[in-house]
Amino acid sequence: MAELVVYGIVLGSIISLGAIGLTLVYGILQFANFAHGDLMTVGAYIALFFVSGPFAWIGIPDNTFGPFSFGWRMVIAFPFSMLAVGGVSILLDRILYRNLRNRGSGRVTLAISALGASFIIRMVVLIIWGADYRFYRPGILRPALKLPLGVKIRPDQILILIVVFLLVILLHLFLQRTKMGKAMRATSDNMELARISGIDIERVITWTWGIGGALAAAAGILYGIDVQIHTGMGWNFLIPLFAAAILGSIGNMYGALVGGLVIGVAQQVSTAFLLPTYKSAVAFFIMILILLIRPQGIFGGGRK
Amino acid sequence: MNHSPGINFILKVEDTTVGYSEIDILYDVSIALGSGEIVSVIGPNGAGKSTLLKTIFGFLKPKNGKVIFKDEDITGLKPEKIVKKGISYVPQVENIFPSLTIQENLEMGAFIRTDDYSSRLNEMFELFPDLKKRRNQRAGQLSGGQRQMVAMGRALMLDPLVLLLDEPSAGLAPNLVSMIFERIKDINSTGVAMILVEQNAREALSMAQRGYVLATGRNVLDGEAKALLENKEVARLYLGG
Amino acid sequence: MEIGRIIAYLISFAIMAGIYAVFCLGLNIQWGYTGLFNIGIAGFFCIGAYVSAMITTPKPTGLYAEYVHQIFGLNLPFPLGLLGAAVMCGIIAFLIGIPTLKLAEDYLAIATIGIAETVRLIFNNEHWLANGPRGLMGLPQPLSDLVDPRYYNYIYLVIVVIIMIVIYLLIERAIRSPWGRVLRAIRGDEISAAMSGKNIFNFKMQSLVFGAMVMGIGGALYAHYTKAISPDVFTPLYGTFIIWVMVIAGGSGNNKGVILGAFVVWAIWIGTRFMTEFLPYTLKARAPYIRYLLIGILLEFILIYKPQGLLGEEKKVSKLLE
Repeated sequence: MAELVVYGIVLGSIISLGAIGLTLVYGILQFANFAHGDLMTVGAYIALFFVSGPFAWIGIPDNTFGPFSFGWRMVIAFPFSMLAVGGVSILLDRILYRNLRNRGSGRVTLAISALGASFIIRMVVLIIWGADYRFYRPGILRPALKLPLGVKIRPDQILILIVVFLLVILLHLFLQRTKMGKAMRATSDNMELARISGIDIERVITWTWGIGGALAAAAGILYGIDVQIHTGMGWNFLIPLFAAAILGSIGNMYGALVGGLVIGVAQQVSTAFLLPTYKSAVAFFIMILILLIRPQGIFGGGRK
Repeated sequence: MNHSPGINFILKVEDTTVGYSEIDILYDVSIALGSGEIVSVIGPNGAGKSTLLKTIFGFLKPKNGKVIFKDEDITGLKPEKIVKKGISYVPQVENIFPSLTIQENLEMGAFIRTDDYSSRLNEMFELFPDLKKRRNQRAGQLSGGQRQMVAMGRALMLDPLVLLLDEPSAGLAPNLVSMIFERIKDINSTGVAMILVEQNAREALSMAQRGYVLATGRNVLDGEAKALLENKEVARLYLGG
Repeated sequence: MEIGRIIAYLISFAIMAGIYAVFCLGLNIQWGYTGLFNIGIAGFFCIGAYVSAMITTPKPTGLYAEYVHQIFGLNLPFPLGLLGAAVMCGIIAFLIGIPTLKLAEDYLAIATIGIAETVRLIFNNEHWLANGPRGLMGLPQPLSDLVDPRYYNYIYLVIVVIIMIVIYLLIERAIRSPWGRVLRAIRGDEISAAMSGKNIFNFKMQSLVFGAMVMGIGGALYAHYTKAISPDVFTPLYGTFIIWVMVIAGGSGNNKGVILGAFVVWAIWIGTRFMTEFLPYTLKARAPYIRYLLIGILLEFILIYKPQGLLGEEKKVSKLLE
């Protein structure tokens, strides 16, 4: 059981990363971005591309670091992919959502277009890479460390926790210390007042999409390192992401962090009684429960 | 409309009609604001006073008429452009960023400034000493009066020439009302012209140089504030006798 | 290509388009008229198909039961299969509606995605229910003994078209009634509608249930056309997304529109198959993805350039106004 909880925390941290991006967008733009899961997928695949493609061509060494399953290629591919997906996310907004927003489209129309975008993204990934499951480093032995209470954890997984922790701290500092970060928080509080104050709302929105996309990419890559890469991975995360964001009060970044961990642990612990394929059903069930009992989430003041 | 001779008008609203497709809220309304003046706009609920401010600030585009600022026609410009020209707006409700600290609220007011605004920030704290000691407190936890101060401070960070205030005393306890009006006088003494929309007509007129009375979207009366205060009709209808 | 083959092809096209038109009519009740954002159509599709399948086939016995597991099998005629599908979907919609209809639109959408996923997971993993991933086969077709199997599709087309028209007329009737006006009021401005004293929740529930029942019938029609179903048919893409594209393309809130949308989008879908004949060899395996990509892009184009769809929302709907 302790092992399930520990792995649940690892998985949960990945969910948190995705949920934070989702909740940031929702807090500012007030719509459910159904394409967010597929941004995770894109992030994982772009990293795959870099690791097996260009970085091989330009001769970055292939060896792995110590007990980890990756090497320099992944270390460099990681931020590249985050940047790329941040760009994709911004592009989506420019081409698609902004048009609809300026026309005064309701949140349902935006959500439908996000749904369409999610399928478009998934089809592009399928066209380029095909439907087979992939790994960053196939066939490698990944020995586990032994911790007290009979818990086994892989070094990769410890690193996942560290990376998530670092990204969250970076984001926190960004939101608290930088001008754009504060503008994002202000816009999330009250977009109308932000306009009145002269804050450049379009720039805030662009940054929000960029950060959301980058975090989604990070989450996707980490999942790919831990488990595998496949074209439906992002969509499968959609329900847990929303469950985590809603549990943590939508719009609240720290809530999404907590929510992700809770969902992750709940999903893993459920495998003691249910088939593992039902994990997303568990997340869904929790989400419905929250929506019925306390729709504003743990931290309240969620939805406007 | 003959406002008053000899005043250097910085902001003029001329014969504007504002409304939605079939319903008009303002009909042929005109007001004028002189440099450094306080002008109070009073009248019953639903008279269109808030709509007037929203029109000046660009949230609504008038069907007819003009808004002129420093001899420039700013009719129909968007709020983001208008705030850059030197007009700031304090809405009646939801006028602070609750999850940001007091200081951060003020910083957001200065968002478009590219210079070092720390001296302006200090001026705001001089003006509102009560805020200074709580500068790192979340604005959402403040009392009504403190919030109003933050709201006004935020609007002042850009050194505006004109400040549009929408019912600053609304919902405040009487002692806070006088405190807010004191502050408004202080702000005015630094040279900021203001249009003060108010339900609290007596206080508003006693602070202003001139006033306008609006009812059902039309100009009813205007003139020197003192004269309006002494006007029997005004007293009966709007000042509570 | 000889005339016979072309006609046979057109008939199959028309059958599938007609079946999808039925789904579109169902979604139109929920979304087009009431504004319920249901992205879980695949769930009702799935339930309708399976329920009809199990009503119309016998429960496996003897050696056969080793290979095929069904929770029940009634071996009843096709009309009862349709009825059962509709009723079961209605019941499930009712149960789903109780917790979710109070939620705001996009939360409802997330809930419906979850439900559809859960339904598919259950059918896929609980083998005792309906044979798990292998699904059910050998589903009977109504009136199949009347004609030579080569010409059976003609009969099925007639069945589909009749059902589609009957549902269309029923919905048109309902929409013009006072009940229908309330639904449209809810979609337009829920708060005002609530203030007029109507019990909003009940109306939404009725809309959800009727829409689901129509979708259930669609699922049954599908099952008996293809004669075999399995959980991987009822995916978000094939079972939900394409129906949304059809409804938006045709004009949500307009029954004629959504039927037209079904036929047009299905024609585009089939048309893309011919286009992919011209693809270079290396891309041939990716053909289905390219086709879906085109459908997705089509949706976005429509949302941006012609959001009201081909026919737009119906202007005059009340008899009093005509």
